[in-house]
Amino acid sequence: MRQIKAELVSQTKIASSIFEAIVYHEAIDDHFQPGQFVHVKAGMGSNPLLRRPISICHVDPEKHLLTMIYRAEGKGTRLLSEMVPGGEIDLLGPLGQGFPVGNLGAGDTAWLVGGGIGVPPLYYLSQELTKRGVTVKHVHGFQTEAVVFYEEKFKAFGPVTITTADGSYGEEGFVTNQLNHDVDYLFACGPTPMLRALESFPAKKGVYLSLEQRMGCGIGACLACVCHVQGDETGLAYRKVCSDGPVFQAGEVVL
Amino acid sequence: MSRLHIELPGLQLKNPIMPASGCFGFGREYSQFYELDQLGAIMVKATTEKPRFGNPTPRVAETTSGMLNAIGLQNPGLEKVMNEELPWLSQYDVPIIANVAGSTIDDYVAVAKRISTASNVHALELNISCPNVKEGGLAFGTVPETAYEVTKAVKDVSDVPVYVKLSPNVTDIVQIAKVVESAGADGLTMINTLLGMRIDLKTGKPILANGAGGLSGPAIKPVAIRMIHQVSQQVSIPIIGMGGVQTAEDVIEYFLAGASAVAVGTANFVDPFTCPTIIESLPVLLDELGVNHISELTGRSWKKEWNLQSSSH
Repeated sequence: MRQIKAELVSQTKIASSIFEAIVYHEAIDDHFQPGQFVHVKAGMGSNPLLRRPISICHVDPEKHLLTMIYRAEGKGTRLLSEMVPGGEIDLLGPLGQGFPVGNLGAGDTAWLVGGGIGVPPLYYLSQELTKRGVTVKHVHGFQTEAVVFYEEKFKAFGPVTITTADGSYGEEGFVTNQLNHDVDYLFACGPTPMLRALESFPAKKGVYLSLEQRMGCGIGACLACVCHVQGDETGLAYRKVCSDGPVFQAGEVVL
Repeated sequence: MSRLHIELPGLQLKNPIMPASGCFGFGREYSQFYELDQLGAIMVKATTEKPRFGNPTPRVAETTSGMLNAIGLQNPGLEKVMNEELPWLSQYDVPIIANVAGSTIDDYVAVAKRISTASNVHALELNISCPNVKEGGLAFGTVPETAYEVTKAVKDVSDVPVYVKLSPNVTDIVQIAKVVESAGADGLTMINTLLGMRIDLKTGKPILANGAGGLSGPAIKPVAIRMIHQVSQQVSIPIIGMGGVQTAEDVIEYFLAGASAVAVGTANFVDPFTCPTIIESLPVLLDELGVNHISELTGRSWKKEWNLQSSSH
């Protein structure tokens, strides 16, 4: 983990309010793992004040490039979306614990399930799993057609099913209706209700969920993003989403 | 002697810069970025007798040039702080100011008595101003009688000097400051956060699960400056100032208002290197201002003799 002043290489609007930013810095290397995130300072000065946690969508360790996909909805992300190539982006990272890629190998099968802006970290995960010989299948849920992104990109690694809540694209309804149970692993990132629905999914070897929470420092100091631990009767045990997560094995924390 | 060296009750500070309580944990996270020995002191996370989980999430919400928090004094409890956190910090040559919190006077006394015996704890910061807990906290810091009582009780049992952390959520902060001084406080730290709230337009409800929270960050700096300017003229104990400090210039402003040292809070979240950057920048800024030692600046905004000096320059 370190502070990096990265150079914005490209910035592309890839769906309604959804932007893909690629940044360069020589410190961007294979320490950046799928499921981790970077904490990004948006704009100069103190408004907005805090950093924005943005998931790692892709890393090219040889070219030292990091891809981030984010939704421009608040002041900070809107400022970020207005930046042009050549600009400097101050980020802390890589932060948090990512997906346990190393546990999987050739012959394993995995569902990758994303919801909305929870889809991006699954891209790097899918690439790394495929490299290890894992068979991956994707189900990605979005609100509506206008916010669907990266469908073709994911197809390079395995089949992709898109669902939309309003039925305007792909299958109508939620991701949970599209999954069959015969799989070794399930990895998911998206809104909490979606994660809750997948918490007890009967994958043979493991279910891993990437959580979202409002953060302060992003490094485990401020205790803004804590969650309870399942089965803890004292009510005192906790995990920090930013530094113990954001990826947890299903059943570890209370969603 | 270094031009940043400061001597305060119980504290020999290499420099007047320290992270503020609640914004630095017990130092472990920030030790990944820099050597903690560089700091003047460390104000560690508030400690209560028993462990506390704190409030439900969301616990933070951003505001214009600031943030609201309602962490709720989450901490591992006195036992663990004594056995794990403070011993871990003792590897660094830096004085610790232990922030003491509780729900009753007995709680405060129990924590103060024990934590003040830790070898690297050189002072206590009595937290009678946390706005995010139902009992204790702010309730002690807004009523002069109880502020007096808890300060005196803690002074009676503490092995080290006691600084009282004042709340800005009062009508007359000078009155509270004078009362805790008369109860034996060795110093003041000010200010804690200002009570605030943000409401989510989509849900129509407060963003923080706790409803209200404490406002910190650059937005509150002018409030803190005004209060230190007032209080420092009315008490004879030193003040450690805090609230929205981000730069060496902010630190100078606090000294001019009447502070003798300065703590950095929210800025640590924005830039983990804020404290070392300020420490490095201060001598350059003192040169620019033509000031030899930083302590010369304390209270210049209201000191009459300084008016005479400055006009003769």
